[in-house]
Amino acid sequence: MVKEASPLEIERNVGNFAYPETHTHDAGVGLTEKTIHFISDIKEDPDWVREFRLKAYKTFLSKPMPTHWASKDLEAIVFDNIRYYLSGGTQPKRNWEDVPDDVKRTFERLGIPEQERKFLAGVEAQFDSEAVYSNIKKAVGEQGVIFVGSAEGLKNHPEIFRKWFGKVIPVGDNKFSALNSAVFSGGSFIYVPPGVKVKHPLQAYFRINAENFGQFERTLIICDEGSELTYMEGCTAPKFNTATLHSAVVELVAMKGAKLQYITVQNWSSNVFNLVTKRGIAHEDAEVKWIDCNIGSRLTMKYPGVIMKGRRARGEVLSIALAGDGQHQDTGAKMVHAADETTSNIISKSISIGQGRATYRGLVQIPKHLKNCKNNTECDALLINSTSRTDTYPAITVRGTGNSVQHEASVSQVSAEQIFYMQQRGLTEAQAMSLSVNGFVNDLVRQFPMEYSVELKRLIELEMEGSVG
Amino acid sequence: MFCVPQMSQLSITNLRVSIGEQEIIRGLSLAIPKGEVHAIMGPNGSGKSTLAKVLAGHPDYKVTSGEILMDGENIMELAPDERARKGLFLAFQYPSEIPGVTIANFLRAAVQARMPEGEELEATDYYARLYEKMDLLEMDRSFTSRSVNEGFSGGEKKRNEILQLAMLEPKYAVLDETDSGLDIDALKVVAHGVNVMRGPGRGILVITHYQRLLDYIIPDHVHVMVQGRIVRSGGKELALELEEKGYESYEEVKTTAREPALA
Repeated sequence: MVKEASPLEIERNVGNFAYPETHTHDAGVGLTEKTIHFISDIKEDPDWVREFRLKAYKTFLSKPMPTHWASKDLEAIVFDNIRYYLSGGTQPKRNWEDVPDDVKRTFERLGIPEQERKFLAGVEAQFDSEAVYSNIKKAVGEQGVIFVGSAEGLKNHPEIFRKWFGKVIPVGDNKFSALNSAVFSGGSFIYVPPGVKVKHPLQAYFRINAENFGQFERTLIICDEGSELTYMEGCTAPKFNTATLHSAVVELVAMKGAKLQYITVQNWSSNVFNLVTKRGIAHEDAEVKWIDCNIGSRLTMKYPGVIMKGRRARGEVLSIALAGDGQHQDTGAKMVHAADETTSNIISKSISIGQGRATYRGLVQIPKHLKNCKNNTECDALLINSTSRTDTYPAITVRGTGNSVQHEASVSQVSAEQIFYMQQRGLTEAQAMSLSVNGFVNDLVRQFPMEYSVELKRLIELEMEGSVG
Repeated sequence: MFCVPQMSQLSITNLRVSIGEQEIIRGLSLAIPKGEVHAIMGPNGSGKSTLAKVLAGHPDYKVTSGEILMDGENIMELAPDERARKGLFLAFQYPSEIPGVTIANFLRAAVQARMPEGEELEATDYYARLYEKMDLLEMDRSFTSRSVNEGFSGGEKKRNEILQLAMLEPKYAVLDETDSGLDIDALKVVAHGVNVMRGPGRGILVITHYQRLLDYIIPDHVHVMVQGRIVRSGGKELALELEEKGYESYEEVKTTAREPALA
């Protein structure tokens, strides 16, 4: 039975509003070394971080846009027109009451404090460049769990932070990871001590409020031996006429036997370039699982990855992409097997509506010297209209004799007969479509926490309503 | 036949239907008053299934002339879902599969679609009613969590159609070849499900090729359809006669091209 419970209020129209800007710190338009010093000064970066940024900036400049394999639409990003840092201060508030009124109103409209009371163990809310609010339930904090903004993480917990920062995703991984490394601000730092199982999810909510803005949060999560954590992130922005850039880097580390689940529901408005690098390392017997839902944005490029570094490590990517008219969801997964008996699973479902385009790119590597590694890849595409488009680029490299892979791909269309059948039962064409689409993703959605599956169902319904008739 | 007021019947007058260049229904008139069960029998290709789909508003067929009134209201311009919500139900000969959508959720959406705006279906009431109807059709409870028609046997699909009929309680139900693919035990169960639905508030049209189904759902009127027309109408005994003599004698009618007999 479906229980209608506390959905996350991030539906398309709920997110489409903006309050006037009241930022006290503004790095201005364009990116130079001066911009980076400006950010480092405000954030009172330690010297190693400043150097890290400056080096990353050089890497960013030297890297070409990946237009030789990815969408030419990337050329529409004008780096000189973007504002790289905007904030009203660098210290997130611990009490909701202390958050500035306009920002508070924004998140209240998005339902953030409400959800925290209901089912979350902790919340961080980022408004443009910085976290404005960060709170963790007392009981969880007492277990030694650290949940702070990335700036606070690097200052107050350097012994853990520095060890892993930039190690899972090197600065030069790609042009956008380099850009993020140069100008990053905001994002979460989480450390879960050995054996601690965090029962309720921690959540971060990323909100872009300003026009011509680039959000570059940086998240680092470390689950120590035998610990467990679920982290969820939600994203929205109002719809501006100009392009907005969101380019995050998320690094996950699951130590021996740890279980780390990272859930994203991205619902950016259709002017946002969402170019995100996400990767996790799974040590022996550890599990890293990405659940990734991409609904909004103009162009999303995101391929969450898992490096299975220890024996019996497991990696999983479950993703749903919904490409509406004028949107391109270029998503997929990377699974790098680097130890014996490691297993990975990729299930990707995409839905293309109208002129929407969904692309799946998968990279699976199992080198020759490994034994008993397994990968399963399933990617299914659903096309709603005859103008919808889907592409699949699986790259699977398996060497050696003791490893196995399985790959299944399907493309289907909602048939006219199916819609007629449902209409004959009294459902409107839009309801019939959305039920079909929900059915298509149902087996995946069932694996999501309920709050997210209810919300996802609603988002799909909203998308489908606008796509027929 | 006495005159039934327009307000309580499904009436089809001089209906002509084409698909592409081909005319399939060629001037058909029929009235199904509430409270009655009518059967249309006819050979393959006579246009029986086309009639069922046209009544439900299938977009592939073009109605070139005639009219369809439901309780006096012209439904010709209504979308399939509007006709459905007004009380017209079609049990499909070949029901579609809907992967990933459970019977419980599908029917729930269908029942909800009939409720006034802002009113929510009470889950416990809904399930109580659903289980009651499933018991009637001797369906296992586990059916509710299976995807609609996906991987169903022919018999399971037909039971599922009748389950939906029972849940949606339409004013007029059209059963298109509901007996096809059923063994005798399943046929009895399905027929029982339909018989329970008979009543003064509901008109039922049973479309079948064989007389067999009519042993269990006994019609008030039987119509013979050949070449897109009703060529003869009579009582339940007509079905038996057809079983014995076949459709051959009627098929000659096509050469004489006379006006169809009115029901």
